[in-house]
Amino acid sequence: MSIKFRKNLLVCSGKSCQDASNFDLVDFINTKLKDYNLEHEIQAVQSVCFNKCTIGPNMIVYPDNVEYSTITKDDIDDIIIEHLLNNRIVERLVYNDKNKFSGTNKKQYRIALRNCGFIDPEEIKDYIENDGYDALAKCLTEFTPEAATQEIIKSGLRGRGGGGFPTGIKWEITSKSISDQKYVVCNADEGDPGAFMDRSILEGDPHSIIEAMAICGYCIGANKGIVYIRAEYPLAIKRLKIALEQAKDYGLLGKNIFGTNFEFTIDIKYGAGAFVCGEETALIHSMEGLRGEPTLKPPYPSVSGYLEKPTNVNNVETFASIPAIINKGAAWYSSIGTEKSKGTKVFALAGKINNVGLIEVPMGTTLREVIYDIGGGIVDGKKFKAVQTGGPSGGCLTEKHLDFPIDFDSLTAAGSMMGSGGMIVMDEDDCMVAMAKFYLEFTVEESCGKCAPCRIGNKRLHEMLTKICDDNGTLEDLDLMRNLGVVIKDTSLCGLGQTSPNPILSTMVNFYDEYHAHVVDHKCPSGQCTSFLKYYIDKENCIGCLVCARNCPVNAIFGEKKKLHIINREICIKCGICMEKCKFDAIYLK
Amino acid sequence: MAQIKSVDDLKKIRASIQEKNQKAVANNDNMEIIKINVAMATCGIASGAKTVMNFLIEELPKRNIIANVKQTGCMGYCYAEPTLEITLPNENPMVFGYVDLKKADEIIEKFIKKGELVDGIIPINYELAK
Repeated sequence: MSIKFRKNLLVCSGKSCQDASNFDLVDFINTKLKDYNLEHEIQAVQSVCFNKCTIGPNMIVYPDNVEYSTITKDDIDDIIIEHLLNNRIVERLVYNDKNKFSGTNKKQYRIALRNCGFIDPEEIKDYIENDGYDALAKCLTEFTPEAATQEIIKSGLRGRGGGGFPTGIKWEITSKSISDQKYVVCNADEGDPGAFMDRSILEGDPHSIIEAMAICGYCIGANKGIVYIRAEYPLAIKRLKIALEQAKDYGLLGKNIFGTNFEFTIDIKYGAGAFVCGEETALIHSMEGLRGEPTLKPPYPSVSGYLEKPTNVNNVETFASIPAIINKGAAWYSSIGTEKSKGTKVFALAGKINNVGLIEVPMGTTLREVIYDIGGGIVDGKKFKAVQTGGPSGGCLTEKHLDFPIDFDSLTAAGSMMGSGGMIVMDEDDCMVAMAKFYLEFTVEESCGKCAPCRIGNKRLHEMLTKICDDNGTLEDLDLMRNLGVVIKDTSLCGLGQTSPNPILSTMVNFYDEYHAHVVDHKCPSGQCTSFLKYYIDKENCIGCLVCARNCPVNAIFGEKKKLHIINREICIKCGICMEKCKFDAIYLK
Repeated sequence: MAQIKSVDDLKKIRASIQEKNQKAVANNDNMEIIKINVAMATCGIASGAKTVMNFLIEELPKRNIIANVKQTGCMGYCYAEPTLEITLPNENPMVFGYVDLKKADEIIEKFIKKGELVDGIIPINYELAK
């Protein structure tokens, strides 16, 4: 069986393409095809959104992979006569403004996700078939540990967990620490709200992590690896365990790997899901069975880590890139990306974006490309407001950052951070003060409580934000918040506290007018903070049935039968029960 | 099971896997087998990929179609889960989004049996580092 129709027209079914065409393009094309007696050779079908909403309606001619944009009814005849009958591409409909779109759909480049979605994660043979364990074999038989480490250094790979420390340098430092025992730790304690790339990699391609950990072990001189994974990821744990068993059965873990003297084993340790345990010193303490609290660095784990032995901690995504780097060479990897951030980065797109999902793009891709070309733009065609990168430790990027190339340093310069790569997109309906409060709530909850700035300072910050959202804030609060935020950043013990005020500080820089509106004008511009809203009774609709008054838990509604009721706003607690109970739509919020 | 003790062993195993795949084709009257990948990460399973996969495994033999249905990890199209990637012999892979049981049935009847494309195709928007 093969594809029946000579050609297929894939028509974008995205909402904006449909709105733009204002008629059923698929039906229209199919009717037209009948007019030309082509209905047995060519067919038009709807496809999932192409993410090129600004230039819709769009369609792709398959298998030619020619893409036409901004099509109108009149263009269909041209496309049929020229392209479908005479195989001449209708150039005027091919959109190739290089400034907006590169002319290709393929903005993404998958290195860490190269096998995700293609191989069966529970079948080692699938991995081996796709060049699996070649990199380990190459390292053990062709490279000395130093040469392999140099390869990683030359590739320019930086830690994908958030900090962006050069991976090869970390390996080199650990390899130089002298000890009878060293450890390789894979940090799979993914805690950022909205980030799920580590889970996806472990669920889709666990062998690449095993292979990379063994390579790391060879480079730094360790024979034991530990994956620290959160217990909330049962499927990832299950697949990792299967993969470990299979690797052992094939002799790819254990003694004399590939007939050399190198031995390596991997254990799994479970995290209970504390955000702070993603910090490497806290993670190591948690593995030792102690409380998941960070300690001051130095000593760095590469000198004294797990059980006080030199330990190399890398993130899942970092490890996933390693086999590809060894197989294809450092020069290949360093040719991708920007000057100081090489390679690709996986981002988890979430929030008010059409194509929520996991993407991998070369470093230096602009925010606009990520949000509009790959992410398909904002839900319901609303206006883009901001994107929070780096989760609760990061900051927000706004419209003025849209054409910013994304890499480690540019994000830091913009007051945000790469973090693990979560991107939460917000539209015009989102209140940035409420957003900052939401993230702070998370850090207050997740603070381990060891150092005072983080434990107490964040709590105070949260109280002030709550005050502002409840319409009790003052301008002094804003100054105090900014000062306190800077102090927390400067004095906290670990990364959690040092970054926790970031959402507030960055929204105060980019959206100061919203804070100002909350405390001075007593308004929430986006209407999200309900404290600023008041309930009103509509004179026209109220029939005086007393239902609202009877249901009001604080007796704030007064009125007589068949007469207009009144809400006493001094007493009203804004619970909304009256609005829910009214059958005549007589109560509204404003 | 044969342990891999050298680079040659790895190459041998890889060759034997490839050979086995080719043999499966030969046993099947030299018909290339249809490959179906089902995105089965936590997110896919949560939106019903397992039901769809079971449906395919049960229904395809009943309808006399020989296909290799395989679970894979996340394909990245979280907005369109559950997703399937189907490779018909000698064709490029096609990705279908929003595949519920009804859609799966339509895909079998129209795409797999007759080669007609159905609504819900996701244009592939990435390149692989291979």
